[in-house]
Amino acid sequence: MDTFEKFGQMALAVALFVGVMGAILLLVGRARRRADLWQSLAFVLPALLLLGVGLIYPAVRTIYQSFFDRTSDEFVGVDNFTEIFTNSDMLIVLRNTAIWVILTPLLATFIGLVYAVLVDRSRVEAAAKAVIFMPMAISLVGASIIWRYVYEYRPDQQNIEQVGLLNQVLVWLGMEPRHFLVDTPWNTLFLIVIMVWVQAGFAMTVLSAAIKAIPSDITEAAQLDGLTGVRMFRYITVPSIRPALVVVLTTISIGTLKVFDIVRTLTGGNFDTSVIANEFYTQGFSLGDTGLASALAVMLFVLVIPIVAYNVRQLRKAELR
Amino acid sequence: MTAAIPTPALQDELATVTPATITGRTRKRLTSRWASLVALIIAVLWTLPTFGLLLTSFRPERDIRTSGWWNWFGDPQLTLANYDEVLYGGSSLSTYFINSLVITVPSVIIPVSIACLAAYAFAWMRFPFRDTLFVAVFALQIVPLQVALIPLLRIYVDTGVNGTFWPLWISHTIFALPLAIFLLHNFFKEVPGELMEAARVDGAGHVTIFLRVMLPLVTPAIAAFAIFQFLWVWNDLLVAITMATGAQDVQPLTARLAELVGSRGSTWHLLSAGAFVSIVIPVIVFLLLQRYFVRGLLAGSVKG
Repeated sequence: MDTFEKFGQMALAVALFVGVMGAILLLVGRARRRADLWQSLAFVLPALLLLGVGLIYPAVRTIYQSFFDRTSDEFVGVDNFTEIFTNSDMLIVLRNTAIWVILTPLLATFIGLVYAVLVDRSRVEAAAKAVIFMPMAISLVGASIIWRYVYEYRPDQQNIEQVGLLNQVLVWLGMEPRHFLVDTPWNTLFLIVIMVWVQAGFAMTVLSAAIKAIPSDITEAAQLDGLTGVRMFRYITVPSIRPALVVVLTTISIGTLKVFDIVRTLTGGNFDTSVIANEFYTQGFSLGDTGLASALAVMLFVLVIPIVAYNVRQLRKAELR
Repeated sequence: MTAAIPTPALQDELATVTPATITGRTRKRLTSRWASLVALIIAVLWTLPTFGLLLTSFRPERDIRTSGWWNWFGDPQLTLANYDEVLYGGSSLSTYFINSLVITVPSVIIPVSIACLAAYAFAWMRFPFRDTLFVAVFALQIVPLQVALIPLLRIYVDTGVNGTFWPLWISHTIFALPLAIFLLHNFFKEVPGELMEAARVDGAGHVTIFLRVMLPLVTPAIAAFAIFQFLWVWNDLLVAITMATGAQDVQPLTARLAELVGSRGSTWHLLSAGAFVSIVIPVIVFLLLQRYFVRGLLAGSVKG
């Protein structure tokens, strides 16, 4: 396909879509006022059909397939799930996922919060925030490549210079360069750093808005009582923005649970760095084990639910106050 | 990305998240020298990696292979050769760049239009099971994409559209709908009912009201979601590598770059320029439409 043909296809798809939608609206517009039900159907049916065929049916099918073998031919009961919880490689995947989901939200939120407090109402606030927020606009693949150049390792020999910034820093400090992405178990931490780098901006933005919403009489009263610096942060700022903190923490943890781009791009899940979302891709699309992949997807689903439930409850509480 | 719907209260707060909100208040200096130092360190840590990539992408191939970007300050040589090869050369990434564009445009227009119709219906039309259906659509937001991918691919293979752009367009459309319908519904709902009644009395049907009254009023909300969806699709890797099975014909830039990272050897010097090309579009969008972007991103940080 050449470029012209591709754009042609794109134009055709959009035109086709606009045509169909236009026809629906035209027909509905002509209908008599009485035909209310038909009008409603014309408005919601496209969306509901797509969701039914493209999300609900596949989800049910995936749950069904998770009880079958790799080709979906033979019923195997809970064997796929048993494997996830007993196979030593899978246990490492579960351990890594736990580390990701716990560390990423905590670190990103902490850094985002500290930074939001530090730059709050300073003269350079807008620029300072844009700097931290910018990584959110970058794809995780792009972020991974950026950090690939930070972690790059060259053997420690004469005439060979380090190309990665972090290893160069180690060399400057008189230490040996390291394989940051290969040496287990620390490599998982270096991958998590990338996700923290991306998510801190999100935390900072939401928390900064929450901080600005703290009534000034509270902060002023605290100041009169002699509260400053770290103690102000600990006793006034943090308790005042608790609901926002919970939202940020849970949002980032759900995102982290499902994210696989960084692991996929930088290690492909090798060197004991795989997580559930990456293992799903490896099993389902590289190794063709539909049963195990489906079981992993179901695991993701099941793990998301309690976090969302907690989040919704917190939001309710926040609304009731 | 992921799932939490901002409450109305939080949304109000978020609405004020623009760099200019603090004009008028007294601006003080950073509380103390230590505080400024910590803030500065964080800011440097957050920019240095990106800056390194930018500088690397302009260095000659041999330099990139043999020394780090900081050596540039001792031996300042810049070249556009990497970009030249990335955009026009034999191992060209330009075809993937075009694929990304071709994938993204319909993947924004189609779901936004379908979601507008559905959101309007859920907000202002009466039909059986309306509220139940709306709650169901709302709840679908928490379904991780992974749960749908394998059977969805099966459907594409069975219907013979596999290897074309259609699986990508359709998948992105479907995955965008729950969040889009929910958000737009909230905005449609905020339009005063008197406007609806007035239009009704004038004899306008739902289609006229939708097109002439509603759409112009919620355009900012639609724009916010469209921008968010644009960035989501442009930056996506999961849907790309599972659904873009026609390789060079349909694979987007992210998927190609992810492949290149693995195959080190001959393309190492192209990676930096290629990555920058892929980053530039969302960053431009970010700079130009920051206000919309922040709102859209915050509201949609729930998707996935």
